[in-house]
Amino acid sequence: MARKLWRFHGGLRLPGYKAISTARDAVPARLPRHLVLPLTQHIGEPAEPVVAVGDQVLKGQLIARADGYVSAPVHASSSGRVVAIEERPIPHPSGLTAPCIVIETDGRETWAPLTLHLDYADMDPSALRNLIREAGIVGLGGAGFPSYIKLNPGPGHKVDTLILNGAECEPYITCDDMLMRQRAREILQGMTIMRHALQAKQCLIGIEDNKPEAIAAMRAAVKALGIEQVEVVVIPTIYPAGGEKQLIKTLTGLEVPSNGLPIDVGVVCHNVGTAASVYWAVIWGEPLTSRFVTVTGDGVAAPRNLEVLIGTPVQDLIEEVGGARPGLRLIMGGPMMGFTLSGADVPVVKATNCILVAGPQVVGDPPPPMPCIRCGACTDVCPAQLLPQQLYWYARAKDFDKVQDHNLYDCIECGLCAYVCPSNIPLVQYFRYAKTEIWARERDQQKADLARRRHEFRLERLEREKAEREARHRQKKAGVSDAAGDDKQAAIKAAVERARRKREAAAPLGGADSAPATSDPATPAQDDQKE
Amino acid sequence: MLLNNPSSPHVRGPLSVNVVMLRVLYTLVPGVAAYVWFFGWGVVINISIAVVAALASEALMLRLRGRPLMPHLTDGSAIVTGVLLALALPPLLPWWMTAVGAAFGIIVAKQLYGGLGYNVFNPAMVGYAMLLISFPREMTQWLPPETIAATFPDFWDSLRYAFTGVPPAPIDAITMATPLDHIKTELGLNRTITEIKAGNPLIGEVGGVGWEVVNLAFLAGGVWLMLRRVISWHIPVAMLGTLGALATVFYLTNPDANASPLFHLFSGAAILGAFFIATDPVSAATTPRGRLIFGAGVGALTFVIRVFGGYPDGVAFAVLLMNMAAPTIDYYTQPRAFGHGRR
Ligand code: SF4
Ligand code: SF4
Repeated sequence: MARKLWRFHGGLRLPGYKAISTARDAVPARLPRHLVLPLTQHIGEPAEPVVAVGDQVLKGQLIARADGYVSAPVHASSSGRVVAIEERPIPHPSGLTAPCIVIETDGRETWAPLTLHLDYADMDPSALRNLIREAGIVGLGGAGFPSYIKLNPGPGHKVDTLILNGAECEPYITCDDMLMRQRAREILQGMTIMRHALQAKQCLIGIEDNKPEAIAAMRAAVKALGIEQVEVVVIPTIYPAGGEKQLIKTLTGLEVPSNGLPIDVGVVCHNVGTAASVYWAVIWGEPLTSRFVTVTGDGVAAPRNLEVLIGTPVQDLIEEVGGARPGLRLIMGGPMMGFTLSGADVPVVKATNCILVAGPQVVGDPPPPMPCIRCGACTDVCPAQLLPQQLYWYARAKDFDKVQDHNLYDCIECGLCAYVCPSNIPLVQYFRYAKTEIWARERDQQKADLARRRHEFRLERLEREKAEREARHRQKKAGVSDAAGDDKQAAIKAAVERARRKREAAAPLGGADSAPATSDPATPAQDDQKE
Repeated sequence: MLLNNPSSPHVRGPLSVNVVMLRVLYTLVPGVAAYVWFFGWGVVINISIAVVAALASEALMLRLRGRPLMPHLTDGSAIVTGVLLALALPPLLPWWMTAVGAAFGIIVAKQLYGGLGYNVFNPAMVGYAMLLISFPREMTQWLPPETIAATFPDFWDSLRYAFTGVPPAPIDAITMATPLDHIKTELGLNRTITEIKAGNPLIGEVGGVGWEVVNLAFLAGGVWLMLRRVISWHIPVAMLGTLGALATVFYLTNPDANASPLFHLFSGAAILGAFFIATDPVSAATTPRGRLIFGAGVGALTFVIRVFGGYPDGVAFAVLLMNMAAPTIDYYTQPRAFGHGRR
């Protein structure tokens, strides 16, 4: 029974505040007056609206279609009328606005006609993936990556293990916990569908040991449904055990390669909430229109989980749990990795797992940073086995090559290094800064490369055109003759050749044959000029 | 660089520089108490002078460098430097030597390098080394432990001596070499360990009389510090392990010409050095493997200096020498990042 577990490096047992939001069952949130549905709720290309202002829509109706491979469609999460398609504030660390479809709800929750697929077991994996794609399902664990892509292992990859992530390691967040308690069967059926789509051998469900009710519920459901090759694995509560790579390591001992994907080690990992959505999407034909959201923190009166329609304004949720005093910090996500919201007027999106309303005693302004004392506490906790302290030095010195040498891109921004740093250095902010800076530089570099190449092409073309013109000119002068025809050919060839040499000479690795164009033996074209 | 918008993580752990420094100071208490018990009030006087001098130099330098006094003066690091230096000094050193040592450590080794976090060398050990080189005679005159001393200065005697230089008794009657020093000198005269030990009141069961207990108390504090994860185990274990192993090898080859490994561990500054001095995070190596190498280096150099070098105890110089190597060690011992394949 006891399965061998592996330990990932670092990590920390964080103080838990989960009990405050699990005291009561999750219930559906009140239907909001307006739903605001951003066209980008996922990683990838924004969806493209297929409705116009004034249109009546039904619940579950497609209102924006996926645009590109990495993209996801958006569906109306309740019935009503489209009242605007415009820029609205969206939940994003930068406090940006982005195009959203705004629906005024009619209170009737009338569903669009749905197609059931009770026979999914007979369906082809790719047809299943299409259903999941059309249902607009993205990872509900927080990252929001379109799920169907992760259900497509691609040729040459065999999936050994499908892992369901029920680790939910951030303090305060309990939406997956409550979902597992209340919807264990749906999760497992969704998992079975995913397993079918992936043709995976076994399934593991990783749950941290601070969720005994969820563990019991899931185990009971596995038994009741009688599914084979599925194991609910209890793992220690060590933040960030729910990080995808950390969970895979804990359960299988496998390390996902640095710039690889879980599939490279034969594993696919999905959040438990995603699995439940897959169940609704495939069997009942319901696209993703709602999700569990934890509304919690010392700033709200009655923290709890709510089943929320995608697009519901955060303000509505906070009011529903008793309202919050003004002046508190609103965080979307958990205290370790979540980001500060610019206001409560942003909507819940598919990746929203938690709204944390916290007072200053929890998230007070950070004390002033002191110099790094090289204590190594950050190194000890880093689950990516990095040297945060060194990264910090190099990021501060803007030595971005060194930052990359020290594997900046392996940082999962779990926040532990900054959490433990006795000098209060905002390490993660430095790492984000370095990442954006490097991206910006790479973009600039690419632009410059493109411009240089364009310039070279242009020079080459000009030279060719000139040569052609001259050849024509000569031909005219000399009258039509065979030799002239040859000359023309030769002139063009020579010009092209010259251009090639020039280009090679300019290139850093031109090679020995890239003699300067001026030392070319006289060509017919040059002879022509000397005339 | 936009660093003032509230960004994750939104919560912070309980550690702060003050807390770290305070814990170091707490854990020194048992060792200091034992030290005072065996070697008298001079220890307390040294600590007081060194701490005052360290804080004063820190304040002066922060002023001169145009840095705010708060929170730098209150971070506790100067106090720790003062205390560690004082614990390495002989109990009846003239007050001004103590003060000069502390000031030198803070001003030259710490503030001139840029203050907390930027110093390459351990400030306390720089102060100690400077005193040892400048005043070799005073720096090697120790009191005998009270339990075996014929006469022993009380608090007022000690205070008067430290500040006025008036000894309570003829100076030769109250000062002695340390056990390490003693053995080194005697071995130099070609006497065997058995001969040196026979009937010598300075030598106890495993180390020097008094020194054994003091070191045990420091050991207890150090282990607690390690268990509380204020320091990692790497440096102390590597340092004491290497020192012990080298001493064992020599001892086993020729027990009459070499002190026992326990004597090496329990007679000088090895334990204090291993847990409290070599672990100074700023000037030590920081990668896990780097710390092992760093600790082993300190242990080996300590042994070499003690046995073959010109000084009775080698911890201070060993730490300073390894401080120089720390950046290079760190560079070559970067850990394998997650998902990067075994190295
Ligand atoms: S935890 Fe902070 S002070 Fe300690 S080494 Fe890391 S960055 Fe420096
Ligand atoms: S935020 Fe990055 S560097 Fe810091 S502990 Fe987490 S993974 Fe390591």
